[in-house]
Amino acid sequence: MTRRLNPARIGIYMLLILFAILFLVPVYVLLASSLKAFAEVQDLSKLWRLPSGLHLESFRSAWFGIPEKGLRGLAPNLLNSLYLTVPATIISSMLGSLNGYVLCKWKFRGANVIFPLMLFGMFIPYQSILIPLTQTLAAIGLGGTLWGLILVHVVYGIPITTLIFRNYYAEVPTDLIEAARIDGAGILGVYWRVIFPLSLPGFVVVIIWQFTNIWNEFLFAVTLLQKPELQPITVALRNLAGSQIKEWNMVMAGALIAAIPTLLIYVLMGRYFVRGLLAGSVKG
Amino acid sequence: MYRNMRWLVIASLVVLALVVGACGTPAPPPPEPTTPLPPPEDTPMPEAGTLEIFSWWTAGGEAEGLAAMYEVFEAQYPGVEIINATVAGGAGMEAKAVLATRMLADDPPDSFQVHAGHELIDTWVVAGVMEPVTSVFEDNDWLDVYPPGVIEVLSQDGEIWSVPVNIHRSNVLWYNTQVFDDNGLTPPTTLDEFFTVADALQAAGVTPLAVGDSGVWVDIHVFESVLLASMGPDAYRGLWDSTTDWNGPEVTDALEAFAQMMEYANEDHSALSWDQAAQLVVDGDAAMTIMGDWSEGYFKSVGLTPEVEFGYVPSPGTGGSFIMLSDSFGLPEGAPNRDNAIAWLTVCGSQEGQDAFNPIKGSIPARTDGDRSLYDVYLQSAMDDFASNEIVPSLAHGAAASEGWVTAFGDAMTLFVADLDVGAAQEAMAQACVDAGMCQ
Amino acid sequence: MTHARRERWLAFLMVLPSIILIAIFVYGFIGWTARVSLSRWDGIRPDYTWAGLDNYKQLFAGGGSVAARRFAIDLWNTFFFTLLFLAACVVVGLLLAILLDQKIKGEGIFRTIYLFPMAISFVVTGVVWQWIFAPGTETRLRGVNALLHSVGLDALRWGWYTDTSSIGPFHVALIPVIIAAAWQLTGYTTAMYLAGLRAVPEELREAARVDGANEIGVYRHIILPMLQPITLSALIVLGHISLKIFDLIYTMTGRGTGFVTDVPGIFMFETTFQGNHYAQGATISIIMLLTVTLVVVPYLIYSFRREVEL
Repeated sequence: MTRRLNPARIGIYMLLILFAILFLVPVYVLLASSLKAFAEVQDLSKLWRLPSGLHLESFRSAWFGIPEKGLRGLAPNLLNSLYLTVPATIISSMLGSLNGYVLCKWKFRGANVIFPLMLFGMFIPYQSILIPLTQTLAAIGLGGTLWGLILVHVVYGIPITTLIFRNYYAEVPTDLIEAARIDGAGILGVYWRVIFPLSLPGFVVVIIWQFTNIWNEFLFAVTLLQKPELQPITVALRNLAGSQIKEWNMVMAGALIAAIPTLLIYVLMGRYFVRGLLAGSVKG
Repeated sequence: MYRNMRWLVIASLVVLALVVGACGTPAPPPPEPTTPLPPPEDTPMPEAGTLEIFSWWTAGGEAEGLAAMYEVFEAQYPGVEIINATVAGGAGMEAKAVLATRMLADDPPDSFQVHAGHELIDTWVVAGVMEPVTSVFEDNDWLDVYPPGVIEVLSQDGEIWSVPVNIHRSNVLWYNTQVFDDNGLTPPTTLDEFFTVADALQAAGVTPLAVGDSGVWVDIHVFESVLLASMGPDAYRGLWDSTTDWNGPEVTDALEAFAQMMEYANEDHSALSWDQAAQLVVDGDAAMTIMGDWSEGYFKSVGLTPEVEFGYVPSPGTGGSFIMLSDSFGLPEGAPNRDNAIAWLTVCGSQEGQDAFNPIKGSIPARTDGDRSLYDVYLQSAMDDFASNEIVPSLAHGAAASEGWVTAFGDAMTLFVADLDVGAAQEAMAQACVDAGMCQ
Repeated sequence: MTHARRERWLAFLMVLPSIILIAIFVYGFIGWTARVSLSRWDGIRPDYTWAGLDNYKQLFAGGGSVAARRFAIDLWNTFFFTLLFLAACVVVGLLLAILLDQKIKGEGIFRTIYLFPMAISFVVTGVVWQWIFAPGTETRLRGVNALLHSVGLDALRWGWYTDTSSIGPFHVALIPVIIAAAWQLTGYTTAMYLAGLRAVPEELREAARVDGANEIGVYRHIILPMLQPITLSALIVLGHISLKIFDLIYTMTGRGTGFVTDVPGIFMFETTFQGNHYAQGATISIIMLLTVTLVVVPYLIYSFRREVEL
């Protein structure tokens, strides 16, 4: 079926473009502010104006810092965020995949009770568990370390990753599993030979979700990691703004830098994201 | 540990590359190879080790000043590695959340920034998590070079609990000299004069008072000046030890004056921060703003010169009084590197340390023997006033009352600014004093 | 038989680490927080003296104290915020997904634009929205108001989040906050609905068209009913984000004059870490948890029933 450009289709494009513009308004403010000089960004009556020139120094100071002024740049923190986000995302996705597999295809007695109990974990307000969390991590020797924060993100990632994979695997036909069983595969064999190779779209969804959340997470990171050389980029970003005079141009530049990895993932994996959502979350 | 970490990241990147690569898209960018790895942690050198300083000074003049003080320290103790643990956040609240969580988990830094006064005493000292620093004061003969009023703010149960590095003044009225000249006005010295001047400015089409109270502390900040103006320094001090009655007529007067003042403020005050309000004064859209003397740093940062483009007087009705607040550093019980912490506190309290920090931070030394030549014209005038005025503590900045009290007070202010109901506000403030355990 | 039993044990063992972690980090910590909410812990030093339900009574004390007034406002704000935020995400998300599903050129670009807000930290988007909705004054218009003025729509100007008026218990200042939150998360519903639309078999649409339905009819009678499960799971995911919301409002408007934009998350954070009222903070978070539970548990029960039926 070919589609000509009739009035209805023009209307659709107009609406899409209109919404795109509305969505981009804050992005424009963000970008324009990051390119402005301090005095310009401070003058809110000039909010909509283009920057008077390309003041790239806010990007430079956000990235490298200004050592003589005691200001640290974001560069090392970007690396910390990767150290944190990549392992935490991978581990929680693997756990979610295994849990989802077992809870969907190997329902042991009580599995139907355990799953909702697990799921409940994603709904708690995290402020309320900060203090026991810090004390527990300190007690097991993980206080103030990246490992501790990775553990935290893995644990609180279990509910959502399990949910997505469990729903995803529900679509995998039982016949496939039966066939592998007849070939003599055990619980792990089935996972490895049948389930895992089918899991890629599920992994894409989980990775995007976990990567975005862990990358942007602030509360745990700021509480659990004290050493500046370990802090992820969200905390460093917040620290670009002082407590008295806030150089928002630099903070905005920093925010754009911080958003690049997530954005890259959206652009590169966007298609698979929708495909994976389709496979995973359609069922309640 | 770092080698392990790097290995893990590489391994996970490989896994990710496999997962992602199978979908035909490249993996996210690998870590920047040029960035040096952070230094190895916890490699104590025999008699040096580390020193972790916790503060909310992450950027701007405050971070620069802190860095200058670190330089003084490093020159004296070259072997000690400083860990500059900073958490930003409005008036240090997020920093406070982090600090409290760490202290509860028995993981204190070696020294941390805290507002001198009741914020220090009622939160930390009463809880028994601080070590007194009286001996540091005695060993360095500081009891003679710090004003008695400051020592009093720092003291509880006969001990001194922290070392102040600076003094800020809360009750300052900043004004645009051009606007005042154009309208033939002089800056007001009393509340009555303020309202006369404000009427004239309003008639001339200028917003009389710029307020940026998107954070409620700004309302408390302006209100403490009005409280002081309404009752004078002695009664104002009495508010904090229950010798002045919160249900009394002076408090009513102050609330009424504040409500009237807000009529002259920019309508969009709750959308602005204090510095955006200061910008209104810079632009001449507004004539005056009441804010602490960190405002001077803001005016200078946008290129203005004190006493030329902008002027300053004590906020209306508070001449002769100095509402002080002070940043100080304390010594937590169980500091991991106690000797280094004491060395740090010695630098904080020294003339050299304070003269390195304050000219950059834009505050005056807590000591009386600062080198005046290092400070600009405003700060010199503040030094004069600090030496001669009645010193009273700031409520908004932790000197006058416990944090619980300030929080309750702020809640009352939040409602008051919206409904301007004087009776309800006074009742809530009296109740806040009772809840804080100070009034019956 | 024994083989199967061994495998069931193995299945259990595979999930066991997760079960243990969740038991400690979720239920253990909730229990701990609940205990604090029943204590007199007020100040930095822990104090587990039994207080019964005193902290709860204080928050629900009718009319009296400032804290009770604040909390009542917070609960109403959460209610309206959640309601309108979810409605906005569902309606706009569905609309965009349907538009994107019309075999659009450049679909990837549009999709990335709609998803982009999710990539940016709340810490910064809050500030940007604060600027955009800063109303300015009559002589010095700002943000959206300045835009509206320049296109002659002055009638639409108002105080946005600085407006302290309300319609019944609904504070109008919440509207800009809801817009900001919807901007950030509509991309999520769009992607979900788009995925759902792609799952509708083309034959089904064709069949409906053959039966004489027009495009709108196809959506109304065939496709929308099929998207219901997606709406439900999107509501749950976004609903719990909304009930816990903190970062965005905290950086955008904070509590607001007269608490017009205050929510329990902000109250909890301020009372705990600024006021040192640990017991009160724990009480608020337990109440937040209960509200989330009220929403989530029926959903869990519902979806498990459905599963059994299938």
